[in-house]
Amino acid sequence: MLDRTTSALRGLGHRVTSRIWRLGFASRFFLATLLYSGTSFRRFFLTVREIYFTGVQSLIIILVSGLFVGMVLGLQGYDTLQRYGSSEALGILVALSLVRELGPVVSALLFASRAGSAITAEIGLMKATEQLSAMEMMAVNPIARVVAPRFWAGVISMPLLAALFSAMGIFGGYLVGVVLIGVDEGSFWSQMQASVDFREDIVNGVIKSVVFGIVVSWIAVFEGYDSEPTAEGVSGATTRTVVTSSLAILAADFILTAFMFRGA
Amino acid sequence: MPNEPLVQISDLNFTYDRRPVLTGINMTIPRGKVVAIMGQSGCGKTTTLRLIGGQLRPTQGEVRFDGKAVHELDAKGLYAMRRRMGMLFQFGALFTDISVFDNVAFQMREHSDLTEAMIRDLVLLKLNAVGLRGAQNLMPSELSGGMARRVALARAIALDPLLMMYDEPFTGLDPITMGIIGQMIRKLNDALGGSSIIVTHDVQESLQIVDYVYFMADGKVVAEGTPDEIRASDKAYVHQFVWGEMDGPVPFQYPSAPYREQIYGAAHA
Repeated sequence: MLDRTTSALRGLGHRVTSRIWRLGFASRFFLATLLYSGTSFRRFFLTVREIYFTGVQSLIIILVSGLFVGMVLGLQGYDTLQRYGSSEALGILVALSLVRELGPVVSALLFASRAGSAITAEIGLMKATEQLSAMEMMAVNPIARVVAPRFWAGVISMPLLAALFSAMGIFGGYLVGVVLIGVDEGSFWSQMQASVDFREDIVNGVIKSVVFGIVVSWIAVFEGYDSEPTAEGVSGATTRTVVTSSLAILAADFILTAFMFRGA
Repeated sequence: MPNEPLVQISDLNFTYDRRPVLTGINMTIPRGKVVAIMGQSGCGKTTTLRLIGGQLRPTQGEVRFDGKAVHELDAKGLYAMRRRMGMLFQFGALFTDISVFDNVAFQMREHSDLTEAMIRDLVLLKLNAVGLRGAQNLMPSELSGGMARRVALARAIALDPLLMMYDEPFTGLDPITMGIIGQMIRKLNDALGGSSIIVTHDVQESLQIVDYVYFMADGKVVAEGTPDEIRASDKAYVHQFVWGEMDGPVPFQYPSAPYREQIYGAAHA
């Protein structure tokens, strides 16, 4: 009995210490990525190429999802608002929901599944096929040449994708609210314009999406770089990227929202 | 220091996860020579290469490259040293997202200020040396195993390295390609005037092209000599390895309980 308890405690301790050790390694890796980011900006075409793969190729999923989310907001919002006779406020509801919350959060979740997993798989496979070792032996730092451009591409792409998601969502809300249901078009746009504050709502939404971009890109490049160089290892790392990123996005969103919108 | 060996390994020990991988390794790689490191899979050959390239740090002892202790170099010094080394990985390790041409041009673009026109000429020169000038526009996924190995060789010699390291260059190749790669290793070494280390377990192909052989087993050097000395060796391990004997110092059977005991049970043994 004592042996089993000791063994269980030892196992628990090992799991905890290995998680802390890994978090420490991830933090050092993050600092190394920032330290070796010079190449990503000096030779900006490396980053632009990654922006194409992570950002441009995520456009379809972001735009289509944004449209549907906006349409659903239009339907649900109208259903609720018309009970209180304020269906003209539909524009405000759609815009604020998207710009403050759904735009940054949902686009970050989609970005983690679409681009984050791809980044992890690519770096993991480069490691498994010794491409990273080959680069090191050619006196080229893989963190500067492979990791940093992908990281910055993610950070740059994320706010742009979130903005497009929100814009598309507002258009979806307009289609359902104004074109389909018949809410007054003038009220829809003018109330939105009057109520959405640039600093409070739009800038805060952009700050959120930048933070999510950093979090998702960091997790994606780290998981790829730290993956076991086997098929199973890469697949596990890809899964971890999606799961960890999603949880981190939601947790960071709560913290940021608590600081940004206190009673506003 | 032309008489000093290019690589000198002295009393090298390497431990991974408290498990000794290399114990008391001593090797000398003279300038202008091709040296083979042979032994079974898992005996520490590739680890030795990684220690020479500075990708691992020794637990004890040292590796000196061109007079400098590799493990004492800082990151900048290590990268400067690696520019004078080339390494051919087991399966080529070509960058799969760029073409054959761009793979060979990779180091030139990273480490030199050469114009694209000059890089083009140099890349074609290197590809011609491995017989694949016509494959410059192919992607790595379009190459056979042997072609990928040859492109990787062209990439490794892009900056005319002083030391070439080959990690299992013959694995998985047909006899013709194996012969081509073998001859290429020898010719390139003589043409570049550098030294080469071949890590392999392909005995017959290697003995035809190398000047000296180290045999490793369980992380130690167990035999060494010229190809003729190795062929004539009466050491049991070398004999078994060179002539591919089924049983010997390397047993056929994985360690297990006595056969009779396992079949009939302990009571009847």
